[in-house]
Amino acid sequence: MNFKPGKKVVLEKLADYPLMPASLADMTHNFTGSWRNMRPVIDYDKCINCGTCWKFCPEPAIYIEDNKVNVNYYFCKGCGICVSECPKKCITFEEEGK
Amino acid sequence: MRKLLMGNHAISVGATLSRVQVIAAYPITPQTQVVEMLSEIVADGKLNAEFIKVESEHSAMAACIGASTTGARAFTATSAQGLLLMHELLHWAAHGRLPIVMANVNRAVAPGWTIWTDQNDSLSQRDTGWIQFYVADNQEVLDTIILGYKLAEKVHLPVMVNLDAFVLSHTYEAVEVPDQEKVDAFLPPFNPEWKMDVKNPRAFGGLTSSDVYMEFQYNHHEAMEQSKKVIAETCGEFEKIFGRKYGLLEEYRMEDSEYVMVTSGTISKTSRIVVDELREKGVKIGILRVRTFRPFPGEEIAAALAGKKKAFVIDRNISYGKSGIFYDEIKGALYNKGMNLPLFGFVIGLGGRDVTPAHLHEIVDYGMKHDRPTEEIIWMGVKK
Repeated sequence: MNFKPGKKVVLEKLADYPLMPASLADMTHNFTGSWRNMRPVIDYDKCINCGTCWKFCPEPAIYIEDNKVNVNYYFCKGCGICVSECPKKCITFEEEGK
Repeated sequence: MRKLLMGNHAISVGATLSRVQVIAAYPITPQTQVVEMLSEIVADGKLNAEFIKVESEHSAMAACIGASTTGARAFTATSAQGLLLMHELLHWAAHGRLPIVMANVNRAVAPGWTIWTDQNDSLSQRDTGWIQFYVADNQEVLDTIILGYKLAEKVHLPVMVNLDAFVLSHTYEAVEVPDQEKVDAFLPPFNPEWKMDVKNPRAFGGLTSSDVYMEFQYNHHEAMEQSKKVIAETCGEFEKIFGRKYGLLEEYRMEDSEYVMVTSGTISKTSRIVVDELREKGVKIGILRVRTFRPFPGEEIAAALAGKKKAFVIDRNISYGKSGIFYDEIKGALYNKGMNLPLFGFVIGLGGRDVTPAHLHEIVDYGMKHDRPTEEIIWMGVKK
């Protein structure tokens, strides 16, 4: 995956603060994937690369690389919409930490 | 050029001269003509602006917030229930430090359903963090829109210009309309350092944890405090170019006065008749008009009232269970100055009931006859 997370900026003193409550850079340091309890896992033997999961992912945490759908686990919150929408039922939902 | 303008159209002309880039508004009496005229100006191609039609005032302010976040000069106008519907987004605009200018035609709040003036709509927005002006004639309406943008863009705070429904909004007065070149010289295009920019992505208004949140509040308050100085400085720049003088307060025959009527809005102008008549009879009385409600010029009011015998605060608004709102704030401003002059608080003219010179004479008479007020509110004209 061609992804480099941005740097998290810590506001330690007043002079560090932006004018308004805004991030100092993009938000790619903010790994919302840490919220996830359930992890979608794609079974590539059954996957037909239809892109339905990519289309429905609300984050979007599904990306297409080398003509294949992939889950970006940095940002996938584990909502399970892809699991539910997959027409081939090839995405399983596995508990994190097991 | 001198033109005959109603208050609502003075707003539209002011916004046009300010070269606003995005206008989003929803019609509501008595403000409708403001946006009606602006929509025609935009449709005729006389102003290069996006006119966004929206389904509510909440959306109007949301559209202005979006526009202003990208660095565009945004304008809206509303009144009463419309302003109340915006309430959530007023906080967002102010705390997002967006220099939006809005005209609010002061209209009383329902129920009972009403379209006539009092100040409870805007004073209910006191703690949203907007700068609030209360103006007294149509020239000041137009000028304060232009001044408002200059100020807003310096201190990164939104500005609300409040004018009395019908008394100003629908009344025609001779107004000096400044030349576009002069306005351009006073108010150059806005190009903020902080704005939404696809080349430099950032998140606006995202989750802010408790170890970070409070400093934004501190900065917002500091900006508000500093804006007092910036208002004075900006009014100075304005006077140099346009020759008209404004400030936080306006004084009328105050120099040697012993008694003071403290007013806001158009009641201030009616009070002049009363003061002139009383002066003829040898009563040393003047008027202190509060033009800026936020930031509150407490220090300046205390200084203006220092050494006076009595002051009569006239409120066209009410905080139920307390008093008139200006009265309450002024009383608070005097406490730590050790000032103890008798301060009378009158509530008058709610829901647009006429405030005539006779009523104002009654107020002064009452104040002269009593050593000190015994109540937080002295009601004027209630059919008891």
